[in-house]
Amino acid sequence: MISRRWMLRAAAGLALLMTAGPAFAQDKLKVLATFSILGDFVKNVGGDRVEVATLVGPNSDAHVYAPAPADAKKVADAKVVIVNGLGYEGWMSRLAKASGSKAPVVVASKGVKERKAAGGHGHGGADPHAWQSVANAKVYVANIRDALIAADPAGKAAYEANAAAYLGKLDALDADVKAAVAAIPADRRKIISTHDAFGYFQQAYGVEFIAPQGVSTEAEPSARDVARIITQVKKQKIPAVFLENIADPRLMERIAHESGARIGGKLYSDALTDEKGDAPTYLDMMRHNIKQISTALMS
Amino acid sequence: MIYDFLIAPFAEFEFMRRALAGTLALALGAGPLGVFLMLRRMSLVGDAMAHAILPGAALGFLVSGLNLFAMTAGGLIAGCVVALLTGLVARMTELKEDAALATFYLLSLALGVTIVSLKGTNIDLLHVLFGSVLALDDQTLVLIAGNATLTLVVLALIYRPLVLECVDPGFMRSVSRAGAPAHLAFLGLVVTNLVSGFHALGTLLAVGIMMLPAAIGRFWARDITKMIGIAAASGAVSGYAGLLLSFHTGVPSGPAIILVAGALYVVSVLFGQVGGLVRQALPQRHLEA
Repeated sequence: MISRRWMLRAAAGLALLMTAGPAFAQDKLKVLATFSILGDFVKNVGGDRVEVATLVGPNSDAHVYAPAPADAKKVADAKVVIVNGLGYEGWMSRLAKASGSKAPVVVASKGVKERKAAGGHGHGGADPHAWQSVANAKVYVANIRDALIAADPAGKAAYEANAAAYLGKLDALDADVKAAVAAIPADRRKIISTHDAFGYFQQAYGVEFIAPQGVSTEAEPSARDVARIITQVKKQKIPAVFLENIADPRLMERIAHESGARIGGKLYSDALTDEKGDAPTYLDMMRHNIKQISTALMS
Repeated sequence: MIYDFLIAPFAEFEFMRRALAGTLALALGAGPLGVFLMLRRMSLVGDAMAHAILPGAALGFLVSGLNLFAMTAGGLIAGCVVALLTGLVARMTELKEDAALATFYLLSLALGVTIVSLKGTNIDLLHVLFGSVLALDDQTLVLIAGNATLTLVVLALIYRPLVLECVDPGFMRSVSRAGAPAHLAFLGLVVTNLVSGFHALGTLLAVGIMMLPAAIGRFWARDITKMIGIAAASGAVSGYAGLLLSFHTGVPSGPAIILVAGALYVVSVLFGQVGGLVRQALPQRHLEA
């Protein structure tokens, strides 16, 4: 017969099971990253111990993302929420509130030396695309590592080892990018790209990016903007114009055609591609970008 | 000075010349259609049709990207299906044409939004909703100009029955059976013009260059031929002035064109010769023998 005492014991045991950390229950730590690049960082640091979900998936633009009910559920399920910060995810605070989530929200860009946005509008003045500099990516990785350790202390050693290995890869990447830029003649390090997401890249590596559309993809280009770009390309003899995976390519083609600049390949700025694309991971994305830039500017 | 302000932008930049050519062609085709829509009390049909086209264009976009032909074909098919279904339901059931159109365009719109969100990326939809008049390539220009030509030719062919049906539908039915085919051809033209307009202005603003000039024309002429002329001309002026506005002030071009047309409309409402507010308030001269 099932006694009352037995029932109480079972209930207590069950409660203990539920409150215990993931290491105890052999469950993975559920981490939510707002967009694909952050998700890639978390995967690299967390390894097998975490299960990563992203809100804005590959090939999608976080600027115009609209949360769906399923996303609120993802937020509610997460034990840790990683955001970029710098005003990038304007919708996040509302979503976190709406989902009733109590998970700590970790700002991955904390400690990054922030840069003013070129257009002055959009994200309240700050340029959020800090990951475009590998040095900043290392800050992101360190923040993510600390956040994961805080949420899952049992995995400390694993997280530290993973992060150290990944930081090593980032150092190699940084050196490669710098070497590639050094090989381009100094007066040819100028590029036009539809999306002004490369401010940090420009700061870190000295390739100048000029954008026709201001900082946010929300702004529609006016005739004045386009005319200015064409005039500028002609006057400054800018060698290459780049299309991006998320802004109107017809406009870029028009500008390239009219100004005589060469159309470069795709650069990826805000979103990774899916597995079959050119940039399924952050490392691939940066290597792809620098390769495109150097081939367009060298010739 | 005046040259710098009014002409230099077009002389200097090819994209401005292309934008101007595109909007002029659009105004030429869409203006007359707008007049007929207005006279037949179908002013909101254009708007409903524009929404009905959107899902087709979006579907074409999802299948093959920013491909002119896929998006045009998708828009045309969606528009024609909605127009045909509307006609069928209105003729075969108790439901009136406006109610039938409302139901089908809403369904079409909902379907389009569903398809787009199933696919997952929402960024590019903005480019479908707001086309880019500054990025007209050769193909698009040929499409817009070809459509304007087709529109004017077909309008010339069905002009008589169309006018008669506007003015006296009962008489029209008693003397001729050309009414129904003319009506269908007319609706077809509305669809093709909206599809061609959305490449330049986007689905939402394409209706603007159709209806606003027509309403302007109404305030300046009683004669339908004059009305059509004024509509086409004011559409063209709006296109030119809107592009200049966008060039000098940095306002996005599509909205700038429609805003200029809106300003012309307000002026017409106030000072129009036919039924303008100021004109009505002034004491009229009596006819004397």
